[in-house]
Amino acid sequence: MLLNIDNLRVTFDTPDGEVNAVNGVSFQLDQRETLAIVGESGSGKSQTAFAMMGLLARNGKASGQVNFDGTDLLKLSPRQLNKVRSDQIGMIFQDPMTSLNPYIRISDQMAEVLTLHKGMSKKDALRDSIRMLDAVKIPDAANRIRSYPHEFSGGMRQRIMIAMSLLCRPRLLIADEPTTALDVTVQAQIMQLLADIRDDFGTAIILITHDLGVVAGFCDRTLVLYGGQIMEDGPTDPTFADPTHPYTRGLLRAVPRLDRTDDELLTIAGEPPDMSRLPQGCPFSARCDYVRNVCPNIPPELRTFDGNRRRACHVSREEVTA
Amino acid sequence: MLSFILKRLAIAVPTLLILVVLSFVLMYAAPGGPFNSDRPLPPQVLANIEAKYGLDQPFWKQIVDYVTNVVFHFDFGPSFQYEDRTVNDVIAQGFPVTLTYGFWSFVLAVVVGVSLGVAAAIRQNSWLDYLAVGVSIGAQVLPNFVMAPILLLIFTLWLGWLPGGGWNGGQWQYLIMPVIALSTSYMASIARITRSSMLEVLNSNFIRTARAKGLPGGRVIRKHALKPAMLPVISYLGPAFVGMITGSVIIDIFFSTGGIGVYFVNSAFNRDYSVIMGITILVGALTILFNLAVDVIYAWIDPKIRY
Repeated sequence: MLLNIDNLRVTFDTPDGEVNAVNGVSFQLDQRETLAIVGESGSGKSQTAFAMMGLLARNGKASGQVNFDGTDLLKLSPRQLNKVRSDQIGMIFQDPMTSLNPYIRISDQMAEVLTLHKGMSKKDALRDSIRMLDAVKIPDAANRIRSYPHEFSGGMRQRIMIAMSLLCRPRLLIADEPTTALDVTVQAQIMQLLADIRDDFGTAIILITHDLGVVAGFCDRTLVLYGGQIMEDGPTDPTFADPTHPYTRGLLRAVPRLDRTDDELLTIAGEPPDMSRLPQGCPFSARCDYVRNVCPNIPPELRTFDGNRRRACHVSREEVTA
Repeated sequence: MLSFILKRLAIAVPTLLILVVLSFVLMYAAPGGPFNSDRPLPPQVLANIEAKYGLDQPFWKQIVDYVTNVVFHFDFGPSFQYEDRTVNDVIAQGFPVTLTYGFWSFVLAVVVGVSLGVAAAIRQNSWLDYLAVGVSIGAQVLPNFVMAPILLLIFTLWLGWLPGGGWNGGQWQYLIMPVIALSTSYMASIARITRSSMLEVLNSNFIRTARAKGLPGGRVIRKHALKPAMLPVISYLGPAFVGMITGSVIIDIFFSTGGIGVYFVNSAFNRDYSVIMGITILVGALTILFNLAVDVIYAWIDPKIRY
């Protein structure tokens, strides 16, 4: 097992009180496995990833365990953690327009990863960087590597980010909404690139997204987060075909479809929860169609069913899927 | 880039001409003249003196003569107040002094201000941050005419470590107090600007990327954060540098340094037209020059700026 996250909690100290972004998330990831973490804005999906990498904002604090290959990343010193970052776990971010340093040439930004982690000479590092840019299909990489980020389009920049994150051949790649800021045709290209990388390098991938269309056909497993808690998780196909949690059902229903001619877009009624004032019980209870008296007061247990699926809901499976 | 610099220098010429004409007009619009005093001179004597300095000529003739002399002979004319000294003499004597203590004030203000600002930003909301913010607010609200006598009181009168004034060719003992007194408020501003700009940069996405790459904290700051964080500081430094190297009347008076600051103020009181003009042009030219320098440095830091 590559990654074993146990009871991860993330809290932020804010002037308005403590905000609980992630509330006891546990999951596992095998070598070469692809996991999607889905949920709407504020569900804690990005903060889960940031906590793993020690990239939380200054007022954020993570607790629990993030066992990567047997080491708890949350217990590492900054120096030790720096050895894992990029070398073992690569990360790409939502906004390629601002994620590269606009003041430094691509060549320097890429080469420094290799000189730092692999002790390469500048020349070797540059050669490997060019090779990686070729691999992500940047045309004329040998010359264009001398350019600055603003000389590339958004899609190209995301390719560069991906190339940079793969330089050390990390075993895990965390992609935090890698296609959200890109237009649809470019999205498809980037997802194809990530699929190629998974196949060619055997990298395990955690894909964080709110776009369920992106998840289907790409990820082995899907984990649905709401209010910083796992609502449902399991293999992607059965989860999408037969969602057992009211929130998952709502999310899937809200995906706009071209083969239907409904005038109205379906939404989940209500608003995402205030993370500083979560209910005692299920965070989704305020918006749930199946809500019971027990729901806001007692947290539902995350129970395993069908061998490898999990759901956290007081309402029975039969009732929800009926 | 070179053509940009040349173009800007070419534009500087008409800018300075406009400055000259405006200063000339303003000076003449003010009542009184260089030779008005409590005891009025006999009319014949006054007429002779004015003829000697060309003040009897029509206004347009005076300004044309003045500009011609400045442009073709680099001659800013005789001082009306200091007999037998030209404006060139006054500037040649005062400006090196001002330049020396101004330059060191600049160095001190930048080094301390930037370090303080960066340290405060890195350790935001720590005691170091509060100390740095406290010190810079203190330094900013303490004007140099308060700072100067306090320094004199401590280092000259109480401790007896430093001479209370004079220049002595710019020996270091004579430099310390003028430099400290002149640089503190600039230092405070630089620290404040650096801190807020560094905080903003540290929150940006590309710094998160740099950290995700596993770069050590010091390297993230030096290689990825410092350059962009310096941009707002640099646009402040251009005018600030000119302000420092053209001196301060307060410094010149309290420490008897003999820089051009005191000449400038005295010339304004005495209607010493040619000295006012000379120093105005000097400050104007330096301002244009260092604003150009700021633009060049900006282009060097930010690849998106190309001229």
